[in-house]
Amino acid sequence: MLSFSLLSNAIVSGLLLGGFYAGVAAGATISFGLLDIANIAHPAFVVFGAYCAFALNQRFHLDPLLAAVFVTPVFYAVGWFAYQLYHHAFERRGDDSMRGLAFFFGLMFVGEVVLILTFGVDYRYSSAEYTSTTFKLGPVAFPLREVIPFVGSLVILVAAQAFLKRTFTGRAILGVSQDPIALRLMGADPVRLKRIAFALSIALAGAAGALLLVLEPIEPAIGRDFIGRVFAIAVLGGMGSLPGTWVAAVMLGVIENLTSIFAGASWAPAVAFGFLLLTLTVRPSGLFGR
Amino acid sequence: MPKETRLPNRNRVKRAAAAAALFLMMASAAAAEEPIKIGLGMSLTGPLAANGKMSLVAMQVWESDINAQGGLLGRPVKLVYYDDQSKPAEVPAIYSKLLDVDKVDLIVSGYATPIIAAALPIAMQHDMVLMGLFGLANNAKLKYDKYFGVAPIGEDPVNVLAKPFFDVADTLNPKPSTIAVITPDIQFGHAALEGVRNAAKARNMKVVYDRTFPPGMTDFSTVVREVQAANPDLVFVATQPGQSINVARAIAEVGLNAQMIGGGMTGLQTTDSETILGPQINGLVNFAYWLPAAKLQSPGAMDFLSKYQARAKAEGVDPIGYYVAPWAYADLQMLASAVEETKSLEGDKLAAYLHENSLSTIIGEVKYGPGGEWANPRQFLIQFQNIKTKEPSEFTGTDHLVVVGPPELKSGDLISPFDKAAH
Repeated sequence: MLSFSLLSNAIVSGLLLGGFYAGVAAGATISFGLLDIANIAHPAFVVFGAYCAFALNQRFHLDPLLAAVFVTPVFYAVGWFAYQLYHHAFERRGDDSMRGLAFFFGLMFVGEVVLILTFGVDYRYSSAEYTSTTFKLGPVAFPLREVIPFVGSLVILVAAQAFLKRTFTGRAILGVSQDPIALRLMGADPVRLKRIAFALSIALAGAAGALLLVLEPIEPAIGRDFIGRVFAIAVLGGMGSLPGTWVAAVMLGVIENLTSIFAGASWAPAVAFGFLLLTLTVRPSGLFGR
Repeated sequence: MPKETRLPNRNRVKRAAAAAALFLMMASAAAAEEPIKIGLGMSLTGPLAANGKMSLVAMQVWESDINAQGGLLGRPVKLVYYDDQSKPAEVPAIYSKLLDVDKVDLIVSGYATPIIAAALPIAMQHDMVLMGLFGLANNAKLKYDKYFGVAPIGEDPVNVLAKPFFDVADTLNPKPSTIAVITPDIQFGHAALEGVRNAAKARNMKVVYDRTFPPGMTDFSTVVREVQAANPDLVFVATQPGQSINVARAIAEVGLNAQMIGGGMTGLQTTDSETILGPQINGLVNFAYWLPAAKLQSPGAMDFLSKYQARAKAEGVDPIGYYVAPWAYADLQMLASAVEETKSLEGDKLAAYLHENSLSTIIGEVKYGPGGEWANPRQFLIQFQNIKTKEPSEFTGTDHLVVVGPPELKSGDLISPFDKAAH
C-alpha cells in the first residue's frame, strides 16, 4: 500500500544510496570518462580501500572515516604505479583497448585473491557504533550508515571537481581529455598528466572504500556488484563530468527504489538500465556530456 | 666361443608364471594404495563462502578421521575439490572435470540449493549418487533416485521450510491473520514462497506482500518499508547468507514490527552474522537443524565439534560451527557407510543401500524416503534473545539461541511481538 511515509523514505533512501554510488563512480568517471581507460578493476580498488580501512580499524582502532585520510594518499601512489605499468605495457604501444581491458580484469582477479588469502572470505564490518544508529525526521528515517557515505561521497566529488576546475594541473588534465596532441604542442606532458589523473581516480576509490565499510559488511568479491552500476553512472553522467556523475547516481538510486515500491525490487535493475538506454538514445553524450 | 644353451621348456614356463604372479601382486598392491577419490565443488569465495569453507573444514576432519581408521574398503580416501566461487554457472564444468579428468570415484555437492541444482544434472548423466548439502527442494521435480538431501527437511521440502515458523505462529494470541514474505528471485526463494503460500492458505491467512528481490541486492530498507506499509501480523524472511545480514540490519533500522519475524534466514546462526549484527539480531526467529543441546547430541557430535573448532580456528573459518559443519561431516559419513556395507562404489548399489537402511551419523539416525529427502523431517525454530554486544564471546554457547518449538525440544518461550525481544 503506497503511503507518504513509504514514498518519502524510498526517495530519501535512494538519494542517500545514489549519493554513495556517486562516490564509488567518481574515480571511474575520471579514468573512463576523461582518460579513456576502461579500468574495470575500479570497484575492486574500492573494495581494497575498504579492506585497508578495516585493517586500520582492527589494528589501530581507527574510525573508517579517519582511516580514509591514511588510505587515500597510499592509493594515490598505487594508482601512480598502476598507470605507469599500464602505460609502458599497453598504452605506449597502442595496445590499450582489448589488452588493457584484460590487464584490468587481471588486476581485479589478482586483487580478489590477495584479499581472500589475507582476510579470508568471511564478511568484515566496521565496529563503529554509529553504524547501528538511525535518526528520524517525522516519518523519514536517516540511518547514519547511509548518511555518512552520502556526505563523504559528496566531499569526494566536490574536492575532485575543485581540483579539476580550479588548479592549473586540473585544467591541464581536462585539456588532455579533449586534445592531448594540442597539449603536447604547448609543451605539456600528456603522460604525466594522465598519470596524475589516474592516480587521483584510484585515490578516490580508496576513499570510497572506507565509506563502503561504513555502509555494509564487505567480502572480497563484493566489488563485482558495482561494476555495471559504476560504468552506467559514468556514461549516464556524461563521460567525464563529476556533477553529471552525482546527478546520474542519485537518479539511478531513486529510480531503483521507486521501481521497487511500484513494481517490485526484481524490476529495479532492469528499469534503471532501461532508463540509461533511453537517455542515451535521446542524448547519446549522457546527461552532462558535451 | 661358449656354446649357447637353451633352457628346457618347463623351466621357461615356471619363470614366466613367477613373473606374472609378481606382476599381479604388485598391481594389486598398487590398487590397494590407490585412494578412493571423492570429488566436490565448494564455495570457497563469494557470498556462500563462509558456510562453504565451514563445510570443507568439516569434510577434511572426516577425511582425517576415516584415514586414521584405515580408510574405505582398505584404501585411503582423498577429497578432490575446487572453488565454485558461489556461482552455479561454474559448477557443471567443475563436476565434468572431477569425473572426466580427475576420475573421482564418488561425488558430493557443494553448499546450498543453487549449487546443488547445477550439480544434479551432471550426477544424473553419470548415473552417480549425489549427496546434496543443505538444499531446498532440489529433487522435488527431477525425482532422481540417486539424490540424497543432507538436511532434515523431509519429503515435502517445499512446505517444510516454513513449517516450524507456522507451528509456533499457531500458538500466538491473538491469532495472526496476515503475512508478508521477503525472499530472493531464485529457486530457493520461489520454493520458500510456495511453502508459505500453501501454509497461509491452509490457515485462511492473507499474504499481503510477496514480491521477490534480485539476488545481488544489498540495501533492503525500501523492501522492508514496503512490508511495514502492508502492516502484516507475521513476516517470513527466506534469504541466503549475505542477504540475511543485510535484511536483519534493514529490519532494525526501519523499526519493522510484527508478532514474529524471520523463519528462513540461511546463515544467520553463523558466528560471522551474529558478530556483525550483535543486538540487532534480537527477536528474530529462524529455522535450525542442529544445536549442541542435550536432546540433540548424538554419539560423536561433541568429539567432532572439538576437532572442527581446533582446525577452523587455525584456518580462520567460523570458529563455532554449529550451523552446517556437523552436516557436512554426516554427509560423508552416510556415503562412507554405504560404500563399506555394499563393498562397492557403484551408484545403483550405493543408492539402494541409502534408500533401504537407517544411517547412524553425528547428527542422529537418518532414514531416507523415496524422494531422497529425510523420511521424518526434524527442524525446529529458535529465537535470538538477550544479545547485548557484538563480542564473539556472546555467541560461544547456546544461551542466546532459545528453542521455541516444537514443544518437545523447547528450551524457552517465544517473546512476541518482535519489538519486545528486540529491545
